Amino acid sequence: MLETGVILFVSFAYMGLLFAIAHYGDKRADAGRSIISNPYIYALSMAVYCTAWTFYGSVGLAVGSGLGFLTIYIGPTLMALLGWSVWQKIIRISKVHRITSIADFIASRYGKSSALGGLATNIAVIGVIPYIALQLKAISTGFLLITQYPEVSVSFSFSDVPVMYDPAFYIALLLAVFAILFGTRHLDATERHEGLVAAIAFESIVKLAAFLTVGIFVTYFIHDGLGDLFQKAARFADAQNTLGGESGSVGSLIFDKYLTIKGQGFNYTDWSLYLLISMLAIIFLPRQFQIAVVENVNEEHLNKAIWLFPLYLLAINIFVLPVAFSGILHFPDGGVDADFFALTLPMAERQQLLAMFVYLGGMSAATGMVIVETIALSTMICNDLVMPVLLRLPIEEMGLRQDYSGLLLTIRRCSIVLVLLLGYAYFRTIGEFYALVSMGLVSFVAVAQFAPALLGGIFWKSGTRSGAVCGLLAGFAVWIYTLFLPSLVPAGIIAENFVEQGPLGIELLKPFELFGLQGFHQISHAVFWSLLANTGAYVGVSILSRPRTIEHTQAALFVDVFRYSGAAAESHFWRATANLPDLKSLLIRFLGRQRTDEALAEYADKRKLSWNYLVTADANLVSYAERLLAGAIGSASARVMVASVVKEESLGIEEVLNILDETRQVIAYSRELEKATAELQEANRRLKDLDRLKDEFISTVTHELRTPLTSVRSLAEILHTNPDIGADQHKSFTGIIIKESERLTRLINQVLDYEKIESAQMEWIISETDIKEVIQDAVASTRQLIEDKNITIDYELTDNPPLISGDRDRLVQVMVNLISNAVKFCDPDRGKIIIRLTASERQVQVDVRDNGIGIRTRDQDKIFEKFHQIKDPARGRPYGTGIGLTISKRIIDFHHGKIWVKSKPGMGSTFSFTLPTSR
Amino acid sequence: MTPKARKNKRLVGLFLLGSVVFNYPLLSLFNLKTSIFGVPLLILYIFSAWVILILLAAMATRTRGKPRSKSIDKTGP
Repeated sequence: MLETGVILFVSFAYMGLLFAIAHYGDKRADAGRSIISNPYIYALSMAVYCTAWTFYGSVGLAVGSGLGFLTIYIGPTLMALLGWSVWQKIIRISKVHRITSIADFIASRYGKSSALGGLATNIAVIGVIPYIALQLKAISTGFLLITQYPEVSVSFSFSDVPVMYDPAFYIALLLAVFAILFGTRHLDATERHEGLVAAIAFESIVKLAAFLTVGIFVTYFIHDGLGDLFQKAARFADAQNTLGGESGSVGSLIFDKYLTIKGQGFNYTDWSLYLLISMLAIIFLPRQFQIAVVENVNEEHLNKAIWLFPLYLLAINIFVLPVAFSGILHFPDGGVDADFFALTLPMAERQQLLAMFVYLGGMSAATGMVIVETIALSTMICNDLVMPVLLRLPIEEMGLRQDYSGLLLTIRRCSIVLVLLLGYAYFRTIGEFYALVSMGLVSFVAVAQFAPALLGGIFWKSGTRSGAVCGLLAGFAVWIYTLFLPSLVPAGIIAENFVEQGPLGIELLKPFELFGLQGFHQISHAVFWSLLANTGAYVGVSILSRPRTIEHTQAALFVDVFRYSGAAAESHFWRATANLPDLKSLLIRFLGRQRTDEALAEYADKRKLSWNYLVTADANLVSYAERLLAGAIGSASARVMVASVVKEESLGIEEVLNILDETRQVIAYSRELEKATAELQEANRRLKDLDRLKDEFISTVTHELRTPLTSVRSLAEILHTNPDIGADQHKSFTGIIIKESERLTRLINQVLDYEKIESAQMEWIISETDIKEVIQDAVASTRQLIEDKNITIDYELTDNPPLISGDRDRLVQVMVNLISNAVKFCDPDRGKIIIRLTASERQVQVDVRDNGIGIRTRDQDKIFEKFHQIKDPARGRPYGTGIGLTISKRIIDFHHGKIWVKSKPGMGSTFSFTLPTSR
Repeated sequence: MTPKARKNKRLVGLFLLGSVVFNYPLLSLFNLKTSIFGVPLLILYIFSAWVILILLAAMATRTRGKPRSKSIDKTGP
């Protein structure tokens, strides 16, 4: 026998154990040695997803409609695989912006809108109430069942139990105390509760262990393993159907009824839609958001949770079917609620301890959910529903209050109690008419409404506040109409013909067959219509409406969170400054003095600031303060509060013009910069060219020097080794030696001249000079060259040219260069050079024309440049160093004259220069 | 491509695989009235696909610096 007192004692002792674990966790966190900072605890705490619905309800659903119960766990498995794409992004955004709830997330994304935050909070609270009621029902039923041990009571009604005698009521109150103690211990900018997480992880272990134990007991102790159980169940199904007059092949009926996806009002479409809402639920249920996002210690923990959490889901589902079949076999008359087979089976087998363990497992599943859910909802209610209203009320006393943190905590505590009482009320009035799972599914569809606004918000920049509001409203309205209102029918709150005939008898508006849509399970029907309306309104209105500036900013910060990562913490909307004492007192009012000091010290530490010298807070600090406040009171309220102390610089027309002007200047600067860059690039290119030319020049000069040297040396050697060489030969050899030496001297002189001209060290001897004499001198000194090649030379010299002032020797050098160039490129014997001198009053012009090979047009400009030699592939290495013309140009330039060439390949060339007359 | 991006790509691939495996019409292929070793085929299919998916996810997330072998890309249910 199990006394009620014993059961109560065990129940409360279990709660006491939770208190102890949570207390230990908090103490360790305070000491800086977290026990929850590892991926295993993280994955286990995520398993708060598995509630009494999983623990008791899955069996009921399996008995009722086949394998559909598995979708609720396969969906989250699939979503976990998207952990790095979706979850991590949400976690990162929440950390950067200090977001502490789904409502806050949505409000913050769409321009820190308090209206949106309030709407989301309402949806979350109303949507989740049935889910909390489900847990309370499970706790209450579990208690009522086990107190009758070993009798398995066939039926009982909650209405027989007055509230004051209902243990679920007291457990609800106890849960409220727990949530208040560990969920609202203090206000924290991060809203993390380590002790709570530790307790939740422990509960996850208890419920899994309990369900596996009962599963193993049922499968291997009552029956002989899985195969045996399935066989017995198959035979039983056959027998049932024979009694009922139906017929079918032996052993096949069990497949029709239980082991199928398609059956009893459930089909593949329902299956897929169930998968969809459970995928969404794992992200958007307030408690999942709390555990997976807000309580997340380290993003890297996701790595293991991605497969550990699905593994947990898999493990807790293995024995659902065995328990279901065993229950059907054990209670063939169907009088026992299939939802509670897991508890009633050990009771019927008189396993007192096991029954107690299962009872505790069920309690752990239910309490974990209730605790986290109420805390998550209380944060939402406080930050996104109550505070925005309170802060806007013109209450004198509010302004005078020095410390809001106590008020905030009180609001949260009241919210926890309120949510629990609402859940309890729902359970007492409506809960007994529904199976556990159908209550939970109603909540799943409600929270799925967050999906378009939130997922759209983190992947689509164009989503606007109006779009989000319309989407949420549309989806929520459809949910209310197709699920919530019909759920009130059995309790008599709403007339029955609302469902049967539609409101006012309009068939098209029947809540389970809206607009005549048939063939859907009522949940799938609601999923389809609500998400259609929601997504349609969200996308449609977003496209049609224009976002405000702050929406633009937030959209960019959310969608591109990884690009701004790091920088994101610095980005800010405020262009404003604030009085530091004002800002500080604002923080103190909401966070308390100690936390404010800590937070500001941390800020100063990071930036190496000293508060002593600071009077005004810059935009950075204002944004930092806003994020701190956002953690405590939600982003929308934080914005309102910060706005009250900052001196925001309004964007007047003058400032706009200033900004425009700045922009214009910046553009101008950048254009100049581009120009300068282009010039630099050009200069660089030319330098590189010159460098290359210089290299070539050096190699040419050395080659030119070596050729005469080699011949001088070899001839000298011949003379040296053959003293008895003939006199004729001796003379000819020494003649060559002399000529080659002269050539060497000329070359070296040229290089030296060139060097002098380049370094401006040349000494010029300027005198009145007759250009005719210059020409004659030059011809005389090149006579030998000309005669050697047997070239004819003609003169067309004007008489009495005007004198010029210049350096006679240098000008002779120019002429010599031009003549020897002409000789160089003329064919021996047929060559002809014409020297012409013309004069005007202003200048004299000298042309040296030859009938040599000519110069290509593209080379004509370059031959006067430094180091430039004309390369002709047919002639190989050019003859000469290439500096003669450069020197000539320098000399003519010095005399303020001009030098140029006219030529056509094969037609000879004419080198000309002019010199100003001395007048 | 960074190791994280590669890991993410694999997981998204697994998600797509899972979405196909756990949906109509593949499910209907196994929705038969047959048992293997006393366990109904559909149950066997769902649970083994589930286990394999979790295993693959565990392998895909275990990228710790070192270049990975290609084996995980080949195995599949």
